[in-house]
Amino acid sequence: MISAMVSEAWRAMSANRMRAFLTMLGMMIGVAAVIMMLAVGRGTQYAVEQSIAAMGSNLFIVLAGSQTTTGVRIGTGNAPTLVAADADAIAELPEVAGVAPISPGSAQVVYGSNNWGTIATGTTASYIDVGNWKVEEGEMFSDADVRSASRVVVLGQTVVKNLFGDESPVGKTVRISQSPFTVIGTLASKGQSLDGRDQDDTVFIPLVTAQRKVFGNNFRGAVRFIMVKATSAQAMPAAEEAMTSLLRQRHRLTDRRPDDFTIRNLTAAANTAAATTKAMSLMLGAIASVSLLVGGIGIMNIMLVSVTERTREIGIRIAIGARERDIRLQFLLEAIFLSLIGSVVGVAMGVGAAAIANAVANLTVVVTVGSILLAFFVAAAVGIFFGYYPANKAAQLKPIDALRYQ
Amino acid sequence: MPDQSLIQVEHLYKEYYTDAGSVPVLKDVNLEIRKGEFVAIMGPSGSGKSTFMNILGCLDLPTAGRYVLDGRDVGTLQKDALAGLRNEVIGFVFQGFNLLPRANLVDNVALPLVYAGVDKEERRRRSEELLAKVGLATHGHHAPNQISGGQQQRVAIARALINKPRLILADEPTGNLDTSTSEEIMKLLSDLNQHDGITIVLVTHEPDIAAHAGRMVQFVDGKVTHDGAITHGGIEGVQA
Repeated sequence: MISAMVSEAWRAMSANRMRAFLTMLGMMIGVAAVIMMLAVGRGTQYAVEQSIAAMGSNLFIVLAGSQTTTGVRIGTGNAPTLVAADADAIAELPEVAGVAPISPGSAQVVYGSNNWGTIATGTTASYIDVGNWKVEEGEMFSDADVRSASRVVVLGQTVVKNLFGDESPVGKTVRISQSPFTVIGTLASKGQSLDGRDQDDTVFIPLVTAQRKVFGNNFRGAVRFIMVKATSAQAMPAAEEAMTSLLRQRHRLTDRRPDDFTIRNLTAAANTAAATTKAMSLMLGAIASVSLLVGGIGIMNIMLVSVTERTREIGIRIAIGARERDIRLQFLLEAIFLSLIGSVVGVAMGVGAAAIANAVANLTVVVTVGSILLAFFVAAAVGIFFGYYPANKAAQLKPIDALRYQ
Repeated sequence: MPDQSLIQVEHLYKEYYTDAGSVPVLKDVNLEIRKGEFVAIMGPSGSGKSTFMNILGCLDLPTAGRYVLDGRDVGTLQKDALAGLRNEVIGFVFQGFNLLPRANLVDNVALPLVYAGVDKEERRRRSEELLAKVGLATHGHHAPNQISGGQQQRVAIARALINKPRLILADEPTGNLDTSTSEEIMKLLSDLNQHDGITIVLVTHEPDIAAHAGRMVQFVDGKVTHDGAITHGGIEGVQA
């Protein structure tokens, strides 16, 4: 019975190939659009998640200077308010898992006849862990290197590429601000940050070395900012509070004076970015699914035409013994056929378009099995939903009226 | 057997409702048709004979009155049960053949079996058998529009026969056919009546066609005005 109806549905469709194709085209475009849009959204989300993972989790950044910018304020730049000792004190807090004081500055790195302008990051050994970096080759410098202000350097991948090409840099000597530094390690690539900065375009040098020998800072022990990693996401509010009171105490600020530092929650900002891309992804999907709806209406439209055209046929079928459900099933099958074939081709089109976008436009486009299944089942449901009304209309026809229809 | 009642109609009324009010089409029709009979129903246009046929075929329901078909009171049956009755008990032959244009002859003939739930192999076997019986064994894969009107009507008769009906309702089966083809179709129907014992009710306005039947029922203005046996040499007391 079902097989007879399937072949009947097939016959009805092949009788009007152009019409069936155009109806299916609506479904194809709808499904392809949903898959493509979800893939673009997912891709963006994926890129953001990657950046966040690369950045590390539960991070604060403590910056020297005040957030308030009204009036002239001594201290900003000229009188740095954060020192390495502040970092050591923060590290003692129970809510804090790690700290890395950072003193960056631009530096020209020279190797042989090559030179490359980059950011020299003066820091401590713990920055590897706090900043979620990985050492690719060699090793990170130690706390002893920091204390003794050794001339050692760990290179980011962009610097490696520009100075050494394919050569292995570990053990080689480079010059930074005229001083020779021994390369003891290289960093694994991290890619772009959320704001599009190339995070691999840097070199790490011991904090004390940077302060005394590279940047020639007048203020001993001053650092530009301190990165702080909290023990967990739950501990972050407590950690922020503890750091604030600790630093106010250490800086001897009376109640009437504002903070001379700023604590920023990097993870919260990142989560906002992730939530934004997620919302964007959902919105893209929602817009695309409107085209599925339009495709469904197309199916309903053509099925209504088909029922009207075949009124007499329906009458014959009813006369010779078709029950209501037989007629309904027959037309429903036809609508499902249209939407299913449309969605299968649409899935292929969507996946193909995503592959092309990946290859040609260099977009991060991620097609998930979930999005394919979603588009497919929504399309099938649309077919059933919009096919039901015409099918039911056919099933409700009165046999004598249908037989008399010319 | 021939004395058993197949169709029993008592005090049957049918009214159509229009904007101008109700129009009575059948007024107190009483009729009994026994198994194995061959009945011709005659009457002018608008006499209610087609409406009567539609009710006999369970395609339409009477406004009032009782209709018992093959022991079942049709008035008490639901839509699906009526469909089952049409499928199992009745075979329809229409004036306009009413074959499905896109299906080939084998599929057309087998169509009632689809709704009877018969499997594909059996459908095909019986369909080919019946096409052979009506002389179209070699035409099974043709489309209806590739054969003549007389051949199409024979296909329609094969379709009417496929689920072994007890009753064939033929509504002007020769209305679209020329005289000699009409004769062939009527011979086929007579044969089914005489050799297979199938009860046939035929609507026609041609006395020559009606003459193949054994009994003639005349409708005028929604009432049965004549009901009697047909003797060789014509129909007595009736003008077509």
